[in-house]
Amino acid sequence: MKLTIPEREIMQPGHLACQGCGASMAMRYALKIFGRDSVLTIPACCWAVIDGPFPYTAVNVPLFHTAFETAAVMASGIKAGLDVQGEKSTNVIAWAGDGGTFDIGIQAISGAAERNDDITYIVYDNEAYMNTGIQRSSATPHGAWTTTTPIKHYKIGAKKNMVEIMSAHRIPYAATASVAYPEDLCKKLEKAKNIRGFKFIHILAPCPTGWKSDPKYTVKLAKLAVQTNIFPIYEIENGLKYTQNKKVKQRKPITEYFKYQGRFKHLKKEEVEFIQKSIDRENEILLKKF
Amino acid sequence: MLIKFRTDKKGVKISGAKDMPPMPASLGLMNWNKTSSWRNLKPIIDYEKCIDCFICWKFCPEPAIKIVDERPVIDYDFCKGCMLCAEECPKDAIATEVEGK
Repeated sequence: MKLTIPEREIMQPGHLACQGCGASMAMRYALKIFGRDSVLTIPACCWAVIDGPFPYTAVNVPLFHTAFETAAVMASGIKAGLDVQGEKSTNVIAWAGDGGTFDIGIQAISGAAERNDDITYIVYDNEAYMNTGIQRSSATPHGAWTTTTPIKHYKIGAKKNMVEIMSAHRIPYAATASVAYPEDLCKKLEKAKNIRGFKFIHILAPCPTGWKSDPKYTVKLAKLAVQTNIFPIYEIENGLKYTQNKKVKQRKPITEYFKYQGRFKHLKKEEVEFIQKSIDRENEILLKKF
Repeated sequence: MLIKFRTDKKGVKISGAKDMPPMPASLGLMNWNKTSSWRNLKPIIDYEKCIDCFICWKFCPEPAIKIVDERPVIDYDFCKGCMLCAEECPKDAIATEVEGK
């Protein structure tokens, strides 16, 4: 028996995630690496619900529910408290969705990055406020349908480039990862675990409910996002050293990625061409940095 | 299920993050919540076709696929029927059955 990721399971079944949830996969891999000796802080996001009603929990590690904007601050505070007690080995993880990171929590995460607190900030990005009913966030890609950007007024404007924003703080480690490549994701989490200072990991977690896709295509979509260059996988050390983790030899057309999702069904041909052009341009800019 | 605290040889509690209960005043895990009633489709592993690559185990979001005697086994108490395992299986060894037929 040859396993490519650790066998231990910290997260337990029985949680309340939808069928084929990418966020629960991301948590499973993270806890496999970080183990029982870790503390989670979770703001309002899908995981606040997935974890279960109050006296019960699915993650099997200490967990703090925080206000929407304070995941990073709370993690900093817990880390400071543990330092005073002399608990140096405990991993403190701030676990937030894209809303709590890209929009509401950005000042808290920027502050924690500036102080270079020894915490790991993981954002699972499902590209909208899925928990409250699929409202647009600044992680929603151009052209996507959400309940606040209906098909007549679909979202205009590209997704915020959060990894670049974080690497501009010159933090020791920032990376993007995808649930479709667990080996790569586990390697990055392991690396983040062994670095002291502020670590930021951005995980793309497809959401069948919000993306209007079949639950069975979760991994396929996460893979296609990398293969079409819409979500490149790379890591940045100390804000300067870029490493490409998944090289895409022949990028697939973006229509491959769109055809499995209901949220892009309304897009006309010209719009798709525009999106394709902007992806290629962004990728050219990124490739120069490696 | 209450979490037991670790003690040292003299019976003194060792405190630390890994000895804390999962939540303050936690009553335990979500294991009582059998999510099998969510399921419309049922995955069934054909062990003759299975090559033990554990890709289904790797991608199961629950995780409802366990490793028993070095083979993947689906725990039908928790499987929600997303059929991700059947889609990702390289040998098409996981068949789909409609629940309740």
